[in-house]
Amino acid sequence: MSLSVLNTYESVAANNVKVWFKAAPISKFPKNGGACIKYKDKQIAVFNFTREGTWYACQNLCPHKMEMVLSRGMIGEENMEPKVACPLHKNTFSLKSGENLNGSLDAIATYPVKIESDFVYVGFSE
Amino acid sequence: MKTILVVGNGMVGYKFCEKFVAKEESKQFKLIVFGEEPRPAYDRVHLSEFFENQDAKALEMAPAEWYSENGIELIVDERVADIDRTNKTITTAKDREFFYDHLVLATGSSAFVPPIKGVEKEGVFVYRTIEDLEGMLAYAAKLKAQNPNAKAAVLGGGLLGLEAGKAVMDMGLEPHIVEFAPKLMPRQLDSRSSQVLQLKLESIGLNIHLSKATNQILGDDGYITGMEFGEDDVLDVDMLVVSAGIRPRDELGKNSGLEVGVRGGIVVDNKMQTSDSNIYAIGEIALYNHMIYGLVAPGYDMAGVAVDQIIGKTETLMPSEIDMSTKLKLIGVDVASFGEPFMPAAKGHSIIFENKTQHLYKRINVSLDGKELLGGILVGDASDYSMLHQIYLNGMPIPEDASQLILPASEGSAFGSAMDLPDDAVICSCEAVTKGDVCCSVLDDGNETMKDVAKATKATTGCGGCKPMVADLIKESLKTLGKTVKERLCEHFDYSRQELFDLAKLKGITDYDTLLDEVGTGNGCEVCKPAVAAIFASLYNETANRQETIQDTNDRYLANIQRNGTYSVVPRVAGGEITPKQLMAIGRIAQKYDLYTKITGGQRIDMFGAKLNELPLIWEELIEEGFETGQAYGKSLRTVKSCVGSTWCRYGMDESVSFAVEIENRYKGIRSPHKFKGGVSGCIRECAEARGKDFGFIAVEGGWNVYVGGNGGATPKHALLLAEKVDKETAIKYVDRFIMFYIKTAQPLQRTAPWLEKLEGGITYLQNVVINDSLGIVKDLDDEMQALVDSYVCEWKEAVETPEIRERYTHFVNSEETDSNIEYVALRDQKMPKEWA
Ligand SMILES: Cc1cc2nc3c(=O)[nH]c(=O)nc-3n(C[C@H](O)[C@H](O)[C@H](O)COP(=O)(O)OP(=O)(O)OC[C@H]3O[C@@H](n4cnc5c(N)ncnc54)[C@H](O)[C@@H]3O)c2cc1C
Ligand code: SF4
Ligand code: SF4
Ligand code: FES
Repeated sequence: MSLSVLNTYESVAANNVKVWFKAAPISKFPKNGGACIKYKDKQIAVFNFTREGTWYACQNLCPHKMEMVLSRGMIGEENMEPKVACPLHKNTFSLKSGENLNGSLDAIATYPVKIESDFVYVGFSE
Repeated sequence: MKTILVVGNGMVGYKFCEKFVAKEESKQFKLIVFGEEPRPAYDRVHLSEFFENQDAKALEMAPAEWYSENGIELIVDERVADIDRTNKTITTAKDREFFYDHLVLATGSSAFVPPIKGVEKEGVFVYRTIEDLEGMLAYAAKLKAQNPNAKAAVLGGGLLGLEAGKAVMDMGLEPHIVEFAPKLMPRQLDSRSSQVLQLKLESIGLNIHLSKATNQILGDDGYITGMEFGEDDVLDVDMLVVSAGIRPRDELGKNSGLEVGVRGGIVVDNKMQTSDSNIYAIGEIALYNHMIYGLVAPGYDMAGVAVDQIIGKTETLMPSEIDMSTKLKLIGVDVASFGEPFMPAAKGHSIIFENKTQHLYKRINVSLDGKELLGGILVGDASDYSMLHQIYLNGMPIPEDASQLILPASEGSAFGSAMDLPDDAVICSCEAVTKGDVCCSVLDDGNETMKDVAKATKATTGCGGCKPMVADLIKESLKTLGKTVKERLCEHFDYSRQELFDLAKLKGITDYDTLLDEVGTGNGCEVCKPAVAAIFASLYNETANRQETIQDTNDRYLANIQRNGTYSVVPRVAGGEITPKQLMAIGRIAQKYDLYTKITGGQRIDMFGAKLNELPLIWEELIEEGFETGQAYGKSLRTVKSCVGSTWCRYGMDESVSFAVEIENRYKGIRSPHKFKGGVSGCIRECAEARGKDFGFIAVEGGWNVYVGGNGGATPKHALLLAEKVDKETAIKYVDRFIMFYIKTAQPLQRTAPWLEKLEGGITYLQNVVINDSLGIVKDLDDEMQALVDSYVCEWKEAVETPEIRERYTHFVNSEETDSNIEYVALRDQKMPKEWA
């Protein structure tokens, strides 16, 4: 896995969405947990943060060791900031800004999510 | 009232003010500070952070109000132009005159720009002030608008140059580093470490050009288009950052006739006095020991000396030896050097560990007798820097085999704890905070978090390199406070694990959300979720399948996640006893799914490299062959290792295999604060290493000896004798109670060995509880254990047979594809994951 793959992930702001990708029905995503979806060549982790009543999406790639694993991580919060913990070495990332909360790794890319008629849509800029 | 004038409001000038106002005597002085820059002093060390947020306020050492609140007059944006030593006055560029009794020069340095033809061109920058960075940002933005592939070079491959290189890379420009010397960081690194660093930097995208002397800067219309190193040797670049060293701002000293060094800098003695005893020089302007120390820590010390000298504490002097150890920050790769990084062969020996494939280089230099650490270099992994640096600074003893200090396998273990340091060991060299300061701040002043300790002691607020060690000290100090400190699971539960265990049981709560709603706050995290999951498992023997999203990843997928995100599969082989038919079944299945197989330390077979979607398929076949889950992924019983015992062995006193099989089947599936293991040996020769396990039985004349609280792993510990020469039933009963007691009272992720160590009264207390029933709880413990044993189910069987659970085992929820990111390389007729970059 090389850096070039990492570089294909860039955060998309809600007002920058060009494509709303219809990913999967909400039943595919466990409560307070995540699952991975594929969009073009990208792997995107989508989290159903039921306790907050919010959905989040980010790259599935952990910038620490470049493995496609974040969707399998536990989610939670720290000082009100929603976060995901990488299952491999427990680096945590904000689900909002993508920032690495317990270290100095690069931020991960985050994507907007919307729900329409029980379907999960993830927003991309291309 | 006497007047002190400080010229220069940089990091050291500010530190002078801070240390000055802290003194009682400061009331007898008037302090006026002049700064040429348009804003109050800011943290130059973290200047690069300005690129991230462009928030100059965030870098401020202290806001402008701080100065007035402390009675200091701060005059910014006004350069001091002249000193009149006879009349003891200074004149500013705005032609204002001020009288002084004491004058402190803290004018620092400016970036050195070599006299290369064309350096005046537009697009050439230095890297020193916030204004420099603003200029670079604006220019880079302009460049990128014209050409998205614009390039930027940094002249100089030293500490600062590399930081600047990372900065231009982050600005989206193609980064090039041009260095005159044949290696990077020539002052801190030897050539091998320099090469390793170069490989690493190249791998993250920096282009490195060594042994290049720049002849001229090219460009026709007044702005830079390239650099020329010699005929036909040209690098096209659109921007250049010059980072070729520093030049002390000694104009004032020169013009007023103070003694200056040949290559600049105002000469000072160990009182920080210049050749005029009313004038002091501190920081990057001061030439001390014929040297300009381009680091903040010595500058801060100098500020302290000058303050004391002025207020009359003349015994405070600058030490003659100054520590120049450094740890590079920000660049995304660990680099550190300390003490004597290069070792003349006459003074000592070097131990070098190098692994270019992982961009790793570690070198330590030890004295000829091997007793003292003299210095070293770390590239690629500087996590041990703080500890090595401390060992060096304090002349602490090192292991007989000093290589243990850097060999990857023994990391951590060779070091002992940060608590072993002497109290006066300086932990944070930027702020000169000692171990004693940190510990007192916790023990005496009641600070409990990193934030509070940083606020109280200033530790970690400089370069931040000491954070891990400060965290350790806080943790350890809290521990020594024992019961007075409340164990708190995390920010969501204000209870210890034991309290939470009791609460859940008392209230009969069975799911995480309810527990969080009733006794916790917020939305949980990766600390409390698995801890609570383990509590439920111990209380109700609930498998990990029901509340899967509060489980650690291994429990959630009932398999051990491996380096590359695949999983390993381990069926239970109780006591290590396996039939030829079962062996063939494992072989067949492993071959079918192309799995790497290895015998584990616990006498069973591990199959590696299963993709998420293959797990249920593999388990379906294994279950068909009569296997059960081995729970190798869980915080639960792993294996009970056994020797062959009296069935085959001529020394055997009893049947160790039968006992091991029985006991492994008894405890299988029981989840606990951490994993636990057992062992059974047929005689005291101990072939099963039962005393290295959480519980162990050894057959002796007249019965079984029962041992508990042993551990292999990182901190090996022999188990302690709980009972002697008891029959099998009694042995099992005692261990039942021991395990149950441990499950109920241990911290999350605490193995039995440290648990027993912390248990007040130790093994005697434990004997009283489980044998003599001193707490009157053995009936409960027995019942609870029996309930767990009776309610065992194989969770893989449950998973394979339940469609909703099976559905979890797919990489994508919207595609049948598998993870294309997983790559393998061949290894001795099998395969292994590709190395991490
Ligand atoms: C990007 C960068 C990264 C760095 N990283 C590290 C690091 O990781 N670790 C480390 O230890 N060090 C680091 N340093 C070095 C560190 O910043 C300096 O050692 C420190 O700032 C020196 O402090 P000073 O007060 O002596 O000088 P300065 O901070 O330069 O302050 C001097 C001030 O005096 C002003 N001045 C000069 N002449 C006059 C005059 N005649 N009248 C009025 N004002 C005047 C200047 O404008 C300036 O504001 C780094 C430096 C840079 C630029
Ligand atoms: S421990 Fe004793 S009984 Fe067991 S194999 Fe070794 S020598 Fe034989
Ligand atoms: S198997 Fe254990 S000892 Fe070996 S590398 Fe992994 S954690 Fe370390
Ligand atoms: S790979 Fe994600 S934390 Fe290590």
